[in-house]
Amino acid sequence: MTKNLRVKTSKLIDKTNRISFKFNGTKYYGFKGDTLASALLANDVHLVGRSFKYHRPRGIMTAGSEEPNAIIQLHDNTSRTEPNVRATEVEIYEGLEASSQNCWPSVNFDIGGINNLLSPLLPAGFYYKTFMWPASFWKKYEYFIRKSAGLGKSPVEPDPDVYEHRYIHCDVIVIGAGISGIIAAKISAKNGLKTLLVDERPYLGGSTIYQNSDYFKINNQNSGSWLEKEINELKKLENLEIKTRTSVAAYHGYNFLLARESLTDHLPIEQRNNKTRQKLLKIRAKKVITATGAIERPLIFDNNDRPGILLSSAIKKYADLYGVACGEKNILLTNNDSAYETAISLIQKGIKVESIIDNREQVNSKLVKEVEKNNIKIFKGFTVVNTSGYKRINKVSIMQLSKDGEKVIGSKTTLNCDCLGVSGGWTPAVHLFTQSGGKLRFREEDQVFIPLTYNSKQISIGSCNGEFTLDEILTNTPKLLIKFLEIKDTNYDNVDVKSSYSKLKRNIWLLPSDKILGKTKPFVDYQNDSTAKDIKLALKEGFRSIEHVKRYTTTGMGTDQGKLGNMHALGIISETADAKMGELGTTTFRPPYTPLTFGTIVGRNVGEYFDIFRKTPIHDWHVKNNAEFENVGQWKRAWYYPINNEDMHQAVQRESKAARDSAGILDASTLGKIDIQGTDASEFLNRVYTNAWSKLAIGKCRYGLMLNEDGMVYDDGVTTRLAENHYIMTTTTGGAANVMGKLEDYLQTEWPELDVYLTSVTDHFATISVCGPNSKKIVSSVISDLDFTDEKFPHMSFQNAKIDKINCRVMRISFTGEHSYEINVQANYGKSVWEKCMEAGKDFNITPYGTETMHLLRAEKGFIIVGQDTDATMTPIDLQMDWIVSKKKYDFIGKRSLYRSDTIREDRKQLVGLLTENPDEVLEEGAQIVADIKKSPVEMLGHVTSSYYSPNLKKSIALGVVRGGKNMMGQKLIIPMEKKLINVTITDPVFLDKENKRLNA
Amino acid sequence: MFLIYCPFCGEREQSEFKAGGEAHIVRPKQPTELSDDEWAEYLFMRKNIKGVQFERWNHIHGCRKWFNMVRDTSNDEIKAVYKMGEKPPTK
Ligand SMILES: [Zn+2]
Repeated sequence: MTKNLRVKTSKLIDKTNRISFKFNGTKYYGFKGDTLASALLANDVHLVGRSFKYHRPRGIMTAGSEEPNAIIQLHDNTSRTEPNVRATEVEIYEGLEASSQNCWPSVNFDIGGINNLLSPLLPAGFYYKTFMWPASFWKKYEYFIRKSAGLGKSPVEPDPDVYEHRYIHCDVIVIGAGISGIIAAKISAKNGLKTLLVDERPYLGGSTIYQNSDYFKINNQNSGSWLEKEINELKKLENLEIKTRTSVAAYHGYNFLLARESLTDHLPIEQRNNKTRQKLLKIRAKKVITATGAIERPLIFDNNDRPGILLSSAIKKYADLYGVACGEKNILLTNNDSAYETAISLIQKGIKVESIIDNREQVNSKLVKEVEKNNIKIFKGFTVVNTSGYKRINKVSIMQLSKDGEKVIGSKTTLNCDCLGVSGGWTPAVHLFTQSGGKLRFREEDQVFIPLTYNSKQISIGSCNGEFTLDEILTNTPKLLIKFLEIKDTNYDNVDVKSSYSKLKRNIWLLPSDKILGKTKPFVDYQNDSTAKDIKLALKEGFRSIEHVKRYTTTGMGTDQGKLGNMHALGIISETADAKMGELGTTTFRPPYTPLTFGTIVGRNVGEYFDIFRKTPIHDWHVKNNAEFENVGQWKRAWYYPINNEDMHQAVQRESKAARDSAGILDASTLGKIDIQGTDASEFLNRVYTNAWSKLAIGKCRYGLMLNEDGMVYDDGVTTRLAENHYIMTTTTGGAANVMGKLEDYLQTEWPELDVYLTSVTDHFATISVCGPNSKKIVSSVISDLDFTDEKFPHMSFQNAKIDKINCRVMRISFTGEHSYEINVQANYGKSVWEKCMEAGKDFNITPYGTETMHLLRAEKGFIIVGQDTDATMTPIDLQMDWIVSKKKYDFIGKRSLYRSDTIREDRKQLVGLLTENPDEVLEEGAQIVADIKKSPVEMLGHVTSSYYSPNLKKSIALGVVRGGKNMMGQKLIIPMEKKLINVTITDPVFLDKENKRLNA
Repeated sequence: MFLIYCPFCGEREQSEFKAGGEAHIVRPKQPTELSDDEWAEYLFMRKNIKGVQFERWNHIHGCRKWFNMVRDTSNDEIKAVYKMGEKPPTK
């Protein structure tokens, strides 16, 4: 720790602001501006984690969101803990605590490291193959593998942070604030377009902002300074919103993008309270400019994964931006000019570069010459064949490449180092482009995939479009934008650019070695530990499709989605299978580009807002009276009303008995209500219900059954004729919206000639149902001016009435089999009418009952509940409800399907009643019904759909569906349960009052 | 997420709409005259085209109106929308 790895000047570091943080329990210091990765590197910490499969020591590899190795857990064991965070993106703050993942018991002594020694036993497809072995084998190892191969820990406490969603509509979004993004945003905003510029980093300017060498000049200034001026001007522009720390996660069709804006993640924990942590931006842009840059490629050689091996561009970034030397004895390995940029930066800062190993034989660009001038040895036409150093690289072995690049020749030289920078050229970051449906083409010259066709109004500019040099970017970007934004000119038409970068590259996907492949470990996917060997094995075993190879070897399936190694995997497949890269295609890049927190995804929709619910106008009364609630669709319905610590069973038994003995009251406001008007209303009902409606007299009610066109029961309910051309239909609570949608569909698309208008009035009315032998006394005392005699107000009829001055509709209809009334009043009066009924019913022990008692009472009468006793495979005939299917009507929805060969089968499942041999035995709903348990396999005849203990009949009753059940009355069947067999007899589904005497009691 | 032009309301987000399957399948006027096979053809058989497809859509969280859409399923480009009862565009 005595090493001084900080250099004097840097772009981002504020040396007056020292910050302490902890990594794996040890306290370190960094400066404001540091990322966790740069601060660790400044403290000479390279080893940060273990790899997933072999538990090899791994170090920081990159300086951006593409990081595969430095994946850490933040604030372990606290409510704000977060796994799988990239140390390269975490900005340090006072009190930051981070720890390694994937290592047990510690990063320095990792028990899973034994997998590294066992690696011949862990080839491609290891996990698949293991699963195929006898299950007993797997079980023994599961515990061990699970524990040692974790990917961080989920938080166990509620998230204390607040998240938000925000919609943004703009003319243009520019993704990425590197040099091309800055230019694009400026041109766009200056031309009056409402522009949004986002970048995942906390600063603007991308990689050009720290380019201060004389070899890259714009208008005779070094490119970094030039860009800084551009940014200062940009910030003053109107029409422009700039968002840093904002990562675009998804790019959907029609230019709809999702981005995560981090607002407090860089602040000390104590400063985060009462602030929004992250925002999910839902962006709809007329035009999208993608300027996402490029990701440097690593190179694939034996033991290319040791701590201390970084991307060459990352070493440059750590030096320029954070003032950190990644090593004191640096070696660079490259196949292109990029590593020389790094070398020049390091030389400028006084950081020692030992040598450069260049795959290319002929190199003579200005950059290379400048490096040579500094007495740095360049091994031209050489490659690294191996590295050593367990927890930190300490040596590289190099050899000369043959002319064709397929093998190494000559003798091996070993060089000492403590850091190796690698550069395999650049891969355009086309992830978002392909997410949007764009198609790529393969450019042979430098072996890159670049955008070819766009699926929406968008354009890719800069290095994500395959333009890697300053002069290309500054020449092409303005031209592309003039066309894309439909503008006249830009101020960038005559910019003078000097770039000393040569595009010459020698691309070798898998560098040759002096050892056979089987004896080497050239990693392609660092996070998932797959090697070139694994990919070749997969091909040998017959896999051809890139998607299959990816899954078999798990290449590209980590949290980094293989941002570094996917291209090499493709290259190796292409070479081995002798297929063209362009024809192989890439694997699919799926959102999110970088992982999102669940908090961001749900935003404010947490707690009671997670799933919104609907309350009836009488809800508060139910709450006050101790109701337990049941979710029915989005509704909260009173389920039962326990008194004095009753359990559900006790409460339901009491409520059910009271309803039949004297009076019960139910809040039925949730039932769907559809107002139907028009001269063809009766004809319309004829077509949508199975029974006939034309002859229903005004003031009468009728029960209707609605089918799907396939003949299966869809919904049911009572409809009342209020006037000649005016009906009010009730639907089931859960089916209301769908029924409305279905009726609208037929009206608009099949029968537009019908004069019918539908209005949903579910929320407009409160519905109070009073039932029981004393219901008439109660309701007639609440509604005094109505004649309640059976002659004037018979069962299945309706009356308009007034309660005080309030209009109400009263239906005499029953879902319980009891004499009962349904009072419908304008919703705002619901609670007061309910309370009036309660008051009037006091002397009759009026008992509020919930949905559970309602279900029990209707089951006693054998009434079905659509969705409980039916499941979209039941016809009215299956339900033994033939009586409701009109034989006379020419057509109605579903009629033709009732005599398809399948629906007329005798052995369909049919609704029956079930009585248990032991009247106290209550069946479980969903239990299977069988005849013969000795036959193997046991034949399932059906299942129990509704089951209750009836306090009125003093026995267990149940409904069920049984194959051919209609013709099995009196037959004995068996319900096998886990520990017993229950004997049942098939009966009629109506258990109580078959003669309907109680309706008029 | 699509931007859909409702012929009655104008351009709205896809989340306001519901897809309703293939368009221009007319419910037979005389179902009882049909054989099981003919009825099954109407009831169950739908195309699933990669390319230009005619579809029904409903502005369910808006005006509740049904309308037709011509959509290229290979790239989700909406080529046209038109009201129920109107003839599909020929081009
Ligand atoms: Zn509309």
